[in-house]
Amino acid sequence: MTAAGTLPSEKDIWRWLEDVPDPEIPVVSVVDLGIVRDVAVDKGGAVVTVTPTYSGCPATAVIAMEIETALRKKGLDPVRLETRLSPAWTTDWISDEGRSKLKEYGIAPPVQGTSCAGAMKQANATVACPRCGSENTEEISRFGSTPCKASWRCRDCLEPFDHFKSF
Amino acid sequence: MTADDGFDETLFELALRMGDNALILGQRVSAWCGHAPVLEEDIAMANVGLDLIGQTKLWLGLAGEIEGKGRSADDLAFLRADRAFRNCLLVEQPNVDYAHTLMRQYLFDAWHLPMLTALKQSAEPRVAEIAEKSAKEAAYHLERSSDLVIRLGDGSVESHERMQAALNALWPFTGEFVAPDDVDKAAASRGLGPDLSAIAERYNETTAAVLRDATLSAPADAPVRKGGKEGLHSEHLGYLLSEMQWLQRSHPGAQW
Repeated sequence: MTAAGTLPSEKDIWRWLEDVPDPEIPVVSVVDLGIVRDVAVDKGGAVVTVTPTYSGCPATAVIAMEIETALRKKGLDPVRLETRLSPAWTTDWISDEGRSKLKEYGIAPPVQGTSCAGAMKQANATVACPRCGSENTEEISRFGSTPCKASWRCRDCLEPFDHFKSF
Repeated sequence: MTADDGFDETLFELALRMGDNALILGQRVSAWCGHAPVLEEDIAMANVGLDLIGQTKLWLGLAGEIEGKGRSADDLAFLRADRAFRNCLLVEQPNVDYAHTLMRQYLFDAWHLPMLTALKQSAEPRVAEIAEKSAKEAAYHLERSSDLVIRLGDGSVESHERMQAALNALWPFTGEFVAPDDVDKAAASRGLGPDLSAIAERYNETTAAVLRDATLSAPADAPVRKGGKEGLHSEHLGYLLSEMQWLQRSHPGAQW
Protein backbone atom coordinates (compact mmCIF):
# COMPACT_ATOMS: atom_id res chain seq x y z
CA MET A 1 0.00 0.00 0.00
CA THR A 2 1.25 3.48 -0.75
CA ALA A 3 0.83 6.37 1.65
CA ALA A 4 -2.34 7.53 -0.07
CA GLY A 5 -3.83 4.09 0.50
CA THR A 6 -4.15 3.30 -3.18
CA LEU A 7 -2.64 0.21 -4.73
CA PRO A 8 0.54 0.90 -6.67
CA SER A 9 0.39 0.14 -10.36
CA GLU A 10 2.83 -1.97 -12.31
CA LYS A 11 4.13 1.26 -13.78
CA ASP A 12 4.99 2.47 -10.25
CA ILE A 13 6.91 -0.73 -9.58
CA TRP A 14 8.88 -0.40 -12.81
CA ARG A 15 9.73 3.17 -11.82
CA TRP A 16 10.89 2.08 -8.35
CA LEU A 17 13.00 -0.67 -9.83
CA GLU A 18 14.82 1.96 -11.88
CA ASP A 19 16.33 3.07 -8.57
CA VAL A 20 17.63 -0.40 -7.70
CA PRO A 21 21.31 -0.44 -8.70
CA ASP A 22 23.31 -3.37 -9.97
CA PRO A 23 25.53 -4.28 -6.99
CA GLU A 24 28.71 -4.57 -9.05
CA ILE A 25 28.14 -1.68 -11.47
CA PRO A 26 26.03 0.68 -9.36
CA VAL A 27 25.61 3.33 -12.07
CA VAL A 28 23.16 1.11 -13.93
CA SER A 29 19.85 -0.11 -12.55
CA VAL A 30 18.43 -3.61 -12.78
CA VAL A 31 15.95 -2.18 -15.33
CA ASP A 32 18.77 -0.67 -17.44
CA LEU A 33 20.43 -4.10 -17.51
CA GLY A 34 17.28 -5.68 -18.93
CA ILE A 35 17.16 -8.42 -16.31
CA VAL A 36 13.68 -7.54 -15.01
CA ARG A 37 11.42 -9.46 -17.37
CA ASP A 38 8.02 -8.98 -15.81
CA VAL A 39 6.26 -7.17 -12.99
CA ALA A 40 2.83 -8.00 -11.58
CA VAL A 41 0.76 -6.59 -8.74
CA ASP A 42 -0.71 -9.31 -6.59
CA LYS A 43 -2.88 -8.86 -3.45
CA GLY A 44 -1.10 -5.77 -2.19
CA GLY A 45 2.24 -7.34 -3.00
CA ALA A 46 4.29 -7.83 -6.12
CA VAL A 47 5.75 -10.59 -8.23
CA VAL A 48 8.96 -9.64 -10.06
CA THR A 49 10.38 -11.98 -12.69
CA VAL A 50 14.13 -11.73 -13.10
CA THR A 51 16.51 -13.47 -15.49
CA PRO A 52 20.14 -14.10 -14.51
CA THR A 53 22.93 -12.48 -16.53
CA TYR A 54 25.46 -15.31 -16.16
CA SER A 55 24.38 -18.54 -14.48
CA GLY A 56 27.25 -18.21 -12.00
CA CYS A 57 27.07 -14.46 -11.42
CA PRO A 58 27.53 -13.92 -7.67
CA ALA A 59 25.48 -10.71 -7.87
CA THR A 60 22.26 -12.60 -8.66
CA ALA A 61 21.35 -13.32 -5.04
CA VAL A 62 22.19 -9.75 -3.99
CA ILE A 63 20.05 -8.34 -6.80
CA ALA A 64 17.07 -10.42 -5.66
CA MET A 65 17.53 -9.20 -2.09
CA GLU A 66 17.83 -5.57 -3.16
CA ILE A 67 14.68 -5.72 -5.29
CA GLU A 68 12.76 -7.25 -2.42
CA THR A 69 14.04 -4.66 0.07
CA ALA A 70 13.28 -1.73 -2.25
CA LEU A 71 9.71 -2.83 -2.89
CA ARG A 72 9.04 -3.63 0.76
CA LYS A 73 10.14 -0.11 1.63
CA LYS A 74 7.43 1.13 -0.72
CA GLY A 75 4.92 -0.85 1.34
CA LEU A 76 4.52 -3.85 -0.91
CA ASP A 77 4.04 -7.13 0.90
CA PRO A 78 4.59 -9.91 0.03
CA VAL A 79 7.27 -9.46 -2.60
CA ARG A 80 7.96 -12.60 -4.56
CA LEU A 81 10.84 -13.10 -7.00
CA GLU A 82 10.69 -15.57 -9.81
CA THR A 83 13.56 -16.68 -12.03
CA ARG A 84 13.09 -17.09 -15.75
CA LEU A 85 15.87 -18.77 -17.75
CA SER A 86 14.32 -18.66 -21.19
CA PRO A 87 14.71 -16.66 -23.35
CA ALA A 88 18.27 -16.30 -22.08
CA TRP A 89 19.47 -12.82 -21.18
CA THR A 90 21.45 -10.98 -23.82
CA THR A 91 23.37 -7.71 -23.66
CA ASP A 92 21.11 -6.53 -26.50
CA TRP A 93 18.52 -5.99 -23.73
CA ILE A 94 20.64 -3.32 -22.03
CA SER A 95 18.78 -0.03 -22.54
CA ASP A 96 20.25 2.91 -24.45
CA GLU A 97 20.26 4.81 -21.20
CA GLY A 98 22.16 1.94 -19.57
CA ARG A 99 24.72 2.01 -22.36
CA SER A 100 25.43 5.70 -21.98
CA LYS A 101 25.66 5.34 -18.18
CA LEU A 102 28.21 2.53 -18.60
CA LYS A 103 30.27 4.63 -20.97
CA GLU A 104 30.29 7.65 -18.64
CA TYR A 105 31.36 5.34 -15.82
CA GLY A 106 34.38 4.22 -17.89
CA ILE A 107 33.08 0.85 -19.06
CA ALA A 108 32.84 0.41 -22.83
CA PRO A 109 29.27 -0.79 -23.46
CA PRO A 110 28.52 -3.91 -25.51
CA VAL A 111 28.21 -3.44 -29.25
CA GLN A 112 24.49 -3.63 -30.06
CA GLY A 113 23.46 -6.67 -32.09
CA THR A 114 26.62 -8.73 -31.55
CA SER A 115 25.39 -10.86 -28.68
CA CYS A 116 25.83 -14.27 -30.28
CA ALA A 117 29.13 -16.11 -30.17
CA GLY A 118 31.60 -15.08 -32.82
CA ALA A 119 29.48 -12.10 -33.95
CA MET A 120 32.04 -9.53 -32.80
CA LYS A 121 34.68 -11.12 -35.02
CA GLN A 122 32.34 -11.59 -37.96
CA ALA A 123 31.03 -8.05 -37.82
CA ASN A 124 34.60 -6.83 -37.37
CA ALA A 125 33.12 -4.74 -34.58
CA THR A 126 35.33 -2.31 -32.74
CA VAL A 127 35.07 -1.26 -29.14
CA ALA A 128 35.58 2.47 -28.62
CA CYS A 129 37.79 3.60 -25.74
CA PRO A 130 35.48 5.09 -23.09
CA ARG A 131 38.17 7.65 -22.21
CA CYS A 132 39.30 9.15 -25.53
CA GLY A 133 36.78 7.63 -27.95
CA SER A 134 39.44 6.07 -30.18
CA GLU A 135 38.50 2.86 -31.96
CA ASN A 136 42.13 1.82 -32.11
CA THR A 137 41.72 -0.66 -29.23
CA GLU A 138 42.60 -4.27 -28.49
CA GLU A 139 41.41 -7.08 -26.25
CA ILE A 140 43.85 -8.00 -23.48
CA SER A 141 41.80 -10.74 -21.88
CA ARG A 142 38.44 -12.29 -22.59
CA PHE A 143 37.51 -11.99 -18.94
CA GLY A 144 37.66 -9.03 -16.59
CA SER A 145 36.84 -7.97 -13.06
CA THR A 146 33.35 -9.50 -13.18
CA PRO A 147 31.83 -12.30 -15.31
CA CYS A 148 30.18 -9.75 -17.59
CA LYS A 149 33.33 -7.84 -18.52
CA ALA A 150 36.45 -8.33 -20.65
CA SER A 151 39.72 -6.39 -20.36
CA TRP A 152 40.66 -4.09 -23.23
CA ARG A 153 43.33 -1.48 -23.90
CA CYS A 154 43.36 1.70 -25.98
CA ARG A 155 46.33 1.87 -28.37
CA ASP A 156 46.06 5.66 -28.61
CA CYS A 157 45.67 6.93 -25.04
CA LEU A 158 47.15 3.64 -23.68
CA GLU A 159 44.43 3.41 -21.05
CA PRO A 160 43.34 -0.10 -20.07
CA PHE A 161 39.57 -0.35 -19.67
CA ASP A 162 36.71 -2.73 -18.96
CA HIS A 163 34.41 -3.74 -21.79
CA PHE A 164 30.93 -5.01 -20.95
CA LYS A 165 31.23 -7.93 -23.32
CA SER A 166 28.61 -8.70 -25.91
CA PHE A 167 26.79 -11.78 -24.81
CA MET B 1 12.90 -45.74 -18.09
CA THR B 2 10.08 -44.45 -15.94
CA ALA B 3 9.50 -46.62 -12.91
CA ASP B 4 6.05 -47.42 -11.50
CA ASP B 5 6.43 -44.76 -8.85
CA GLY B 6 6.85 -42.14 -11.58
CA PHE B 7 10.59 -41.71 -11.06
CA ASP B 8 12.12 -40.83 -14.41
CA GLU B 9 15.55 -42.41 -14.11
CA THR B 10 16.69 -41.46 -17.62
CA LEU B 11 15.93 -37.80 -17.09
CA PHE B 12 17.53 -37.90 -13.62
CA GLU B 13 20.71 -39.46 -15.03
CA LEU B 14 20.83 -36.95 -17.88
CA ALA B 15 20.61 -34.00 -15.48
CA LEU B 16 23.19 -35.58 -13.14
CA ARG B 17 25.66 -36.16 -15.97
CA MET B 18 25.40 -32.60 -17.23
CA GLY B 19 25.64 -31.23 -13.69
CA ASP B 20 28.50 -33.45 -12.56
CA ASN B 21 30.63 -32.65 -15.63
CA ALA B 22 30.19 -28.94 -14.93
CA LEU B 23 30.75 -29.34 -11.19
CA ILE B 24 33.93 -31.40 -11.32
CA LEU B 25 35.54 -29.29 -14.04
CA GLY B 26 34.44 -26.13 -12.22
CA GLN B 27 36.14 -27.41 -9.05
CA ARG B 28 39.28 -28.32 -10.98
CA VAL B 29 39.73 -24.96 -12.71
CA SER B 30 38.87 -22.97 -9.60
CA ALA B 31 42.01 -24.44 -8.02
CA TRP B 32 43.98 -22.06 -10.29
CA CYS B 33 42.52 -19.03 -8.53
CA GLY B 34 45.52 -17.13 -7.20
CA HIS B 35 47.99 -19.52 -8.87
CA ALA B 36 47.63 -19.06 -12.64
CA PRO B 37 50.74 -18.06 -14.63
CA VAL B 38 49.46 -14.55 -15.46
CA LEU B 39 46.78 -12.36 -13.94
CA GLU B 40 44.51 -12.42 -17.01
CA GLU B 41 44.50 -16.22 -17.01
CA ASP B 42 43.85 -16.30 -13.29
CA ILE B 43 40.75 -14.15 -13.77
CA ALA B 44 39.65 -16.12 -16.83
CA MET B 45 39.95 -19.47 -15.04
CA ALA B 46 38.01 -18.21 -12.04
CA ASN B 47 35.26 -16.90 -14.32
CA VAL B 48 35.04 -20.10 -16.34
CA GLY B 49 34.81 -21.99 -13.05
CA LEU B 50 32.08 -19.64 -11.89
CA ASP B 51 30.02 -20.19 -15.04
CA LEU B 52 30.38 -23.95 -14.64
CA ILE B 53 29.38 -23.93 -10.97
CA GLY B 54 26.40 -21.71 -11.87
CA GLN B 55 25.34 -24.24 -14.49
CA THR B 56 25.85 -27.03 -11.95
CA LYS B 57 23.32 -25.38 -9.65
CA LEU B 58 20.73 -25.43 -12.42
CA TRP B 59 21.38 -29.04 -13.51
CA LEU B 60 21.65 -30.55 -10.04
CA GLY B 61 18.66 -28.49 -8.91
CA LEU B 62 16.70 -30.10 -11.73
CA ALA B 63 18.06 -33.57 -10.86
CA GLY B 64 16.85 -33.14 -7.27
CA GLU B 65 13.46 -32.00 -8.51
CA ILE B 66 13.11 -35.04 -10.78
CA GLU B 67 14.20 -37.39 -8.02
CA GLY B 68 11.54 -35.93 -5.74
CA LYS B 69 13.23 -36.88 -2.48
CA GLY B 70 13.92 -33.36 -1.36
CA ARG B 71 17.63 -33.36 -2.21
CA SER B 72 18.91 -29.91 -3.17
CA ALA B 73 21.70 -29.10 -5.61
CA ASP B 74 24.00 -28.66 -2.59
CA ASP B 75 23.00 -32.05 -1.17
CA LEU B 76 23.81 -33.72 -4.47
CA ALA B 77 27.12 -31.89 -4.82
CA PHE B 78 28.41 -32.30 -1.28
CA LEU B 79 26.86 -35.46 0.10
CA ARG B 80 27.28 -38.07 -2.62
CA ALA B 81 30.15 -40.56 -2.66
CA ASP B 82 32.38 -41.03 -5.70
CA ARG B 83 30.45 -43.97 -7.15
CA ALA B 84 27.31 -41.82 -7.36
CA PHE B 85 29.03 -39.21 -9.56
CA ARG B 86 28.24 -39.38 -13.26
CA ASN B 87 30.88 -37.09 -14.81
CA CYS B 88 33.10 -38.31 -17.64
CA LEU B 89 36.67 -39.19 -16.64
CA LEU B 90 38.22 -36.29 -18.57
CA VAL B 91 37.00 -33.56 -16.22
CA GLU B 92 38.41 -35.21 -13.08
CA GLN B 93 41.92 -35.52 -14.52
CA PRO B 94 44.38 -33.42 -12.51
CA ASN B 95 45.51 -29.92 -13.52
CA VAL B 96 49.19 -31.03 -13.84
CA ASP B 97 50.38 -27.86 -15.60
CA TYR B 98 48.75 -25.07 -17.57
CA ALA B 99 49.02 -27.02 -20.82
CA HIS B 100 47.04 -29.93 -19.37
CA THR B 101 44.51 -27.53 -17.87
CA LEU B 102 43.91 -25.70 -21.14
CA MET B 103 43.88 -28.84 -23.26
CA ARG B 104 41.36 -30.47 -20.90
CA GLN B 105 39.25 -27.31 -21.07
CA TYR B 106 39.34 -27.26 -24.85
CA LEU B 107 38.54 -30.97 -25.22
CA PHE B 108 35.60 -30.44 -22.86
CA ASP B 109 34.32 -27.19 -24.44
CA ALA B 110 34.40 -28.74 -27.91
CA TRP B 111 31.89 -31.34 -26.66
CA HIS B 112 29.97 -29.10 -24.27
CA LEU B 113 28.82 -26.55 -26.86
CA PRO B 114 27.33 -28.97 -29.44
CA MET B 115 25.81 -31.04 -26.61
CA LEU B 116 24.12 -28.00 -25.06
CA THR B 117 23.06 -26.72 -28.46
CA ALA B 118 21.37 -30.06 -29.15
CA LEU B 119 19.77 -30.12 -25.69
CA LYS B 120 18.04 -26.82 -26.49
CA GLN B 121 15.72 -29.04 -28.57
CA SER B 122 15.02 -31.43 -25.68
CA ALA B 123 11.47 -32.68 -25.31
CA GLU B 124 11.80 -31.76 -21.62
CA PRO B 125 11.37 -27.96 -21.38
CA ARG B 126 13.36 -27.68 -18.12
CA VAL B 127 16.34 -29.29 -19.83
CA ALA B 128 15.93 -27.07 -22.89
CA GLU B 129 15.95 -23.83 -20.91
CA ILE B 130 19.03 -24.71 -18.84
CA ALA B 131 20.76 -25.69 -22.09
CA GLU B 132 19.77 -22.40 -23.71
CA LYS B 133 21.29 -20.43 -20.86
CA SER B 134 24.46 -22.55 -20.59
CA ALA B 135 25.13 -22.78 -24.34
CA LYS B 136 25.86 -19.05 -24.51
CA GLU B 137 28.49 -19.40 -21.82
CA ALA B 138 29.94 -22.56 -23.38
CA ALA B 139 30.28 -20.76 -26.73
CA TYR B 140 32.37 -18.07 -25.08
CA HIS B 141 34.51 -20.69 -23.31
CA LEU B 142 35.11 -22.56 -26.56
CA GLU B 143 36.18 -19.42 -28.41
CA ARG B 144 38.72 -18.71 -25.71
CA SER B 145 40.08 -22.24 -25.28
CA SER B 146 40.35 -22.77 -29.06
CA ASP B 147 42.38 -19.56 -29.38
CA LEU B 148 44.74 -20.59 -26.59
CA VAL B 149 45.25 -24.14 -27.83
CA ILE B 150 46.20 -22.74 -31.24
CA ARG B 151 48.48 -20.06 -29.81
CA LEU B 152 50.33 -22.42 -27.49
CA GLY B 153 50.36 -25.41 -29.84
CA ASP B 154 51.73 -23.25 -32.65
CA GLY B 155 53.86 -21.26 -30.21
CA SER B 156 57.36 -21.81 -28.86
CA VAL B 157 59.16 -25.15 -28.93
CA GLU B 158 58.41 -25.67 -25.26
CA SER B 159 54.74 -24.64 -25.40
CA HIS B 160 54.25 -26.93 -28.41
CA GLU B 161 55.85 -29.88 -26.62
CA ARG B 162 53.79 -29.34 -23.51
CA MET B 163 50.53 -29.03 -25.43
CA GLN B 164 51.32 -32.18 -27.41
CA ALA B 165 52.10 -34.06 -24.20
CA ALA B 166 48.81 -32.88 -22.71
CA LEU B 167 46.93 -33.96 -25.83
CA ASN B 168 48.57 -37.39 -25.75
CA ALA B 169 47.57 -37.85 -22.12
CA LEU B 170 44.01 -36.53 -22.42
CA TRP B 171 42.83 -37.62 -25.85
CA PRO B 172 41.91 -41.17 -24.71
CA PHE B 173 39.32 -39.66 -22.36
CA THR B 174 37.40 -37.79 -25.07
CA GLY B 175 35.62 -40.82 -26.55
CA GLU B 176 33.49 -41.24 -23.44
CA PHE B 177 31.53 -38.04 -24.12
CA VAL B 178 30.26 -39.28 -27.45
CA ALA B 179 30.04 -43.05 -26.89
CA PRO B 180 26.36 -43.73 -26.18
CA ASP B 181 25.39 -46.08 -23.35
CA ASP B 182 21.91 -47.29 -22.37
CA VAL B 183 20.99 -44.01 -20.68
CA ASP B 184 22.07 -41.96 -23.71
CA LYS B 185 20.11 -44.24 -26.01
CA ALA B 186 16.99 -44.11 -23.84
CA ALA B 187 17.24 -40.31 -23.67
CA ALA B 188 17.66 -40.05 -27.44
CA SER B 189 14.72 -42.37 -28.13
CA ARG B 190 12.43 -40.10 -26.10
CA GLY B 191 13.83 -36.90 -27.57
CA LEU B 192 15.20 -35.83 -24.18
CA GLY B 193 18.76 -35.78 -25.43
CA PRO B 194 20.53 -35.94 -28.79
CA ASP B 195 21.77 -38.88 -30.82
CA LEU B 196 25.40 -38.88 -29.71
CA SER B 197 26.69 -40.00 -33.10
CA ALA B 198 25.73 -36.56 -34.46
CA ILE B 199 27.65 -34.93 -31.60
CA ALA B 200 30.61 -37.23 -32.30
CA GLU B 201 30.71 -36.11 -35.91
CA ARG B 202 30.67 -32.45 -34.91
CA TYR B 203 33.30 -33.11 -32.23
CA ASN B 204 35.68 -34.78 -34.64
CA GLU B 205 35.31 -31.99 -37.18
CA THR B 206 35.94 -29.11 -34.78
CA THR B 207 38.80 -30.74 -32.91
CA ALA B 208 40.49 -31.81 -36.17
CA ALA B 209 40.40 -28.22 -37.45
CA VAL B 210 41.68 -26.63 -34.24
CA LEU B 211 44.40 -29.23 -33.65
CA ARG B 212 45.57 -28.81 -37.23
CA ASP B 213 45.86 -25.04 -36.76
CA ALA B 214 47.64 -25.71 -33.48
CA THR B 215 50.13 -28.01 -35.29
CA LEU B 216 49.22 -30.78 -32.86
CA SER B 217 48.21 -34.32 -33.67
CA ALA B 218 45.84 -36.50 -31.72
CA PRO B 219 47.33 -39.93 -31.00
CA ALA B 220 46.09 -42.53 -33.46
CA ASP B 221 44.34 -45.67 -32.20
CA ALA B 222 44.19 -44.42 -28.62
CA PRO B 223 42.03 -46.70 -26.46
CA VAL B 224 38.84 -45.06 -25.18
CA ARG B 225 39.01 -44.65 -21.40
CA LYS B 226 35.54 -44.60 -19.92
CA GLY B 227 33.44 -45.54 -16.91
CA GLY B 228 32.58 -42.20 -15.33
CA LYS B 229 29.03 -42.13 -16.68
CA GLU B 230 28.32 -45.28 -14.67
CA GLY B 231 30.16 -44.10 -11.58
CA LEU B 232 33.43 -45.97 -12.18
CA HIS B 233 36.02 -43.26 -11.70
CA SER B 234 39.77 -42.80 -11.75
CA GLU B 235 41.58 -42.46 -8.43
CA HIS B 236 41.72 -38.68 -8.89
CA LEU B 237 38.04 -38.12 -8.16
CA GLY B 238 38.28 -39.35 -4.56
CA TYR B 239 40.95 -36.78 -3.71
CA LEU B 240 38.97 -34.02 -5.39
CA LEU B 241 35.80 -34.92 -3.50
CA SER B 242 37.53 -35.19 -0.15
CA GLU B 243 38.65 -31.59 -0.54
CA MET B 244 35.42 -30.28 -2.07
CA GLN B 245 33.11 -32.03 0.39
CA TRP B 246 35.18 -31.63 3.53
CA LEU B 247 33.21 -28.78 5.05
CA GLN B 248 29.76 -30.31 4.61
CA ARG B 249 30.94 -33.67 5.89
CA SER B 250 32.77 -32.28 8.91
CA HIS B 251 30.06 -29.78 9.80
CA PRO B 252 26.80 -31.26 8.49
CA GLY B 253 24.22 -28.62 7.62
CA ALA B 254 26.69 -25.75 7.89
CA GLN B 255 25.50 -22.62 6.08
CA TRP B 256 27.07 -19.31 5.10
